Amino acid sequence: MTLVNESIQKKTITKKFCRFKRYGIKYVDYKCVEFLMKFLNEQGKILPRRISGNSLKYQKKVARAVKRARQLALLPYVADNLK
Amino acid sequence: MRHYETVFILSPVLSSDEIKASIARYRSFLVKRNATIAHEEEIGLKPLAYQIKHKKNGVYHLIEFVSEPSLIKELEITYARDETVLRFLTFVLDKHALAHNIARRSNEKKESKKELIAL
Repeated sequence: MTLVNESIQKKTITKKFCRFKRYGIKYVDYKCVEFLMKFLNEQGKILPRRISGNSLKYQKKVARAVKRARQLALLPYVADNLK
Repeated sequence: MRHYETVFILSPVLSSDEIKASIARYRSFLVKRNATIAHEEEIGLKPLAYQIKHKKNGVYHLIEFVSEPSLIKELEITYARDETVLRFLTFVLDKHALAHNIARRSNEKKESKKELIAL
């Protein structure tokens, strides 16, 4: 045992990013359900920006696409085990 | 003149002839009112995420068209009066949506989808 404090290993923090900005996606398609699943939790709720990392502009577009998909019964409004 | 996309879900109880007839009816409805149809896609029978009118499946059909905004109200009224239509959705396409749709048609659909999912 040493009296000197051992250095704690810090996890390298990777900064969140907006995947739409990074990969240059301009339009969120409501028909592509598998892609929209990335922005939903298990109950089928839309994930907040602080988790998904989307910029405000694209978070709004994601929300619109998810709501369109729900209206057309491509995604459920309420679910128990979506993933 | 604006670009629109309309999707409707027909009841799965209908026979294939009846489905074709009602699709043709909406197509002619648009053409009669000076709308030009840009693209049409028969998505076909798909399971619904939740039941609508006690149905578990639905026949999806998509039409992209260019028309005056005044036509949309008429179109939606005819949808609402048609009992065989389970759901419908009509909305304006902006420039990004148009570009996306054109690219989606020309590219192999599956490939672009796979790319998106991988991101």
